[in-house]
Amino acid sequence: MSDEDVSKKNTKLAKKLLLVAVAMFGFGYALVPIYDVLCEWKWIERDRPDDIKKVPEVAYKVDMSREITIEFMTTLNESTPMEFRSEKKQLIVHPGEYHTVNYYAENKTDKVMVARAIASFSPAVISSYFEKIQCFCFDEQTFKPREAKVMPMRFTINPELPEQYKTITLSYTFFDITEKSVKK
Amino acid sequence: MSAVIAEHDDHHADEHHDHGPAKGLLRWIITTNHKDIGTLYLLFALAMFFVGGSMAMVIRAELFEPGLQFVDPMFFNSMTTMHALVMVFGAVMPAFVGLANWQIPLMIGAKDMALPRMNNMSFWLLVAGVLLLASTLFMETGAPSAGWTFYPPLVLQPITVGTALPFAVFAVHLLGISSIMGAINIIATIFNMRAPSMKMMDMPLFVWTWLITAFLLIAVMPVFAGAVTMLLTDKFFHTSFFNAAGGGDPVLYQHIFWFFGHPEVYIMILPTFGVASTIIPVFARKPLFGYASMVWATGSIAFFSFIVWAHHMFTVGMPMAGELYFMYATMIIAVPTGVKVFNWTATMWKGAMTFETPMLFSIAFVVLFTMGGLTGLMMAIAPVDFQYHDTYFIVAHFHYTLVPASIFILMAAGYFWLPKWTGHMYNEKIGQLHFWLSAISVNILFFPQHFLGLAGMPRRIPDYAVQFADWNMISSIGGFIFGASQLLFLYIVIDTIKGGTGEKVTDEVWEDASKHSLEWTLPSPVPYHTWETPPMLVPTEHVLDSH
Repeated sequence: MSDEDVSKKNTKLAKKLLLVAVAMFGFGYALVPIYDVLCEWKWIERDRPDDIKKVPEVAYKVDMSREITIEFMTTLNESTPMEFRSEKKQLIVHPGEYHTVNYYAENKTDKVMVARAIASFSPAVISSYFEKIQCFCFDEQTFKPREAKVMPMRFTINPELPEQYKTITLSYTFFDITEKSVKK
Repeated sequence: MSAVIAEHDDHHADEHHDHGPAKGLLRWIITTNHKDIGTLYLLFALAMFFVGGSMAMVIRAELFEPGLQFVDPMFFNSMTTMHALVMVFGAVMPAFVGLANWQIPLMIGAKDMALPRMNNMSFWLLVAGVLLLASTLFMETGAPSAGWTFYPPLVLQPITVGTALPFAVFAVHLLGISSIMGAINIIATIFNMRAPSMKMMDMPLFVWTWLITAFLLIAVMPVFAGAVTMLLTDKFFHTSFFNAAGGGDPVLYQHIFWFFGHPEVYIMILPTFGVASTIIPVFARKPLFGYASMVWATGSIAFFSFIVWAHHMFTVGMPMAGELYFMYATMIIAVPTGVKVFNWTATMWKGAMTFETPMLFSIAFVVLFTMGGLTGLMMAIAPVDFQYHDTYFIVAHFHYTLVPASIFILMAAGYFWLPKWTGHMYNEKIGQLHFWLSAISVNILFFPQHFLGLAGMPRRIPDYAVQFADWNMISSIGGFIFGASQLLFLYIVIDTIKGGTGEKVTDEVWEDASKHSLEWTLPSPVPYHTWETPPMLVPTEHVLDSH
């Protein structure tokens, strides 16, 4: 084979390989929707903030023999100028009982603010047993300048919760999403 | 048996109107010669090894005693981050690309790399990328400090990145483009430029391991580039890939990162295997044991690297099915890796062994890498990994697989091929001193970190509880000895280039080396242009052996 032939062959192969590299860059982005789809699979049992959806209020048989301690945490990151706290720090409940906990949030700025609360459970498997009837976290919350709100969260714990769980920590983080809402 | 080599001779060079290298400094900027570019890569990697090493010295000095001594915590975090980035992308990867540039054409009988101009470009993009990364050290808000893994949300918070994030991201892009171009070049060279008589299964194992590594690079570097681009758009363009408030998920980043990250660690170890498989047979004076199984083991390690990534994130809150799958898949990797270790051992078995410096480093590699592999198996066990995760145990593990493995083999490669490249012999006495100091101190440095990790000392912290004081001090002392010993290597490299012991080396350099690989049939030092006419017959010792 002459030098020229080899050189042509090299360029051709290089182009093909470059195409593979570009495709893999695309694959990196494709992992985003793939991840979302996989997480919908039943057996993945992943806890997504959005999964914790409103459920209808059903009358469970209250399991008086068990007590579950629920700790309520509230968090703000540095870029959310709000005040945010729960009325109660801790609550002891029986599985199947309904309770309402109020959260207090205040916009500390002179501008309209849109914020979204994201829940997180510890231990994570709890989320599918923690049933919310009413929650400020279901929607984006709009605050007028300096507005303060008292927002209820009504919930129960499904009595099917496995025995070993005795303490649950529920944490809410408010994110300031004003900029993103304006863009929409 | 083999070794009927090559019509090649110097007189061909004259017929081709060959010219030597360009004169002066410009030679190094415009060169397209694979040997020049290999030299540039290797010297650059050596320089970065000392830059990254100095950062490690800062880390070990700060950890010498509990409390804050020398640097503030933010700078300490920058040091751990930059040490990793510089060592991975500036030292180890470029060093192996340098070896590939020098050795692959010589070993397969090609006159140069397939795409010489692109070769030049990929080197200079590497320099640009590393300079861009280094520039963050001089920024007011400091270099990136959220760890080399760039996990969000930490990496997106103003205090941890300041202005450095976009610079680091673009540096990663440049480094990625550079290594993808290098990989494309290597694949094209191996596929199209081999001597006509050399079949794939005749190729030296170093060439095989680099071929497989190059495919890994092309497959995963773009994914990493994508992941850091998502960080960039999350930070500056209001996307929400990893932002929970916008419906994203920070855990997704970890999946994408480790989809790149796990093959990346094999990118650093597979060429290491290749060099070890080249050196050990020469000094055992036996053909490599189980050549074909070595090739298949390399291939299957590369394949498995794509399907085990989540063992880096067992504690992230994965479903049980995921934990189990990633646990078992990870353990399978021990099989092909074990094949390799046993093959190296079997190669040495009943060999007429001698213990020159390259062999010493290679034997230390086999022993110490196996230790790193065993701690890797421990961490593959998901339930116990919850204890090891993010502690000094993992620090000890991956340093065992990188320092006395990749770095030791790079040293071995230096001692092994420098006489061939320069035509001068290195000083064996200083070489052996370098080896023993390194081999002992590297264990003083990293072995105690296992104990620290098991006792619960977290990684990436500038200060620690007093019960960790003793082992940290011992580890730091080992670190200082190890760091200082590497200056001997620097001395030897400079000394050998300048003339070494003055002893004239033969073409073979090492006894019967020409039976193992083609480069030893060329004159020493290797002429500027080689294999203008491809060699007719290639050493086939391993092929004969496998029949």
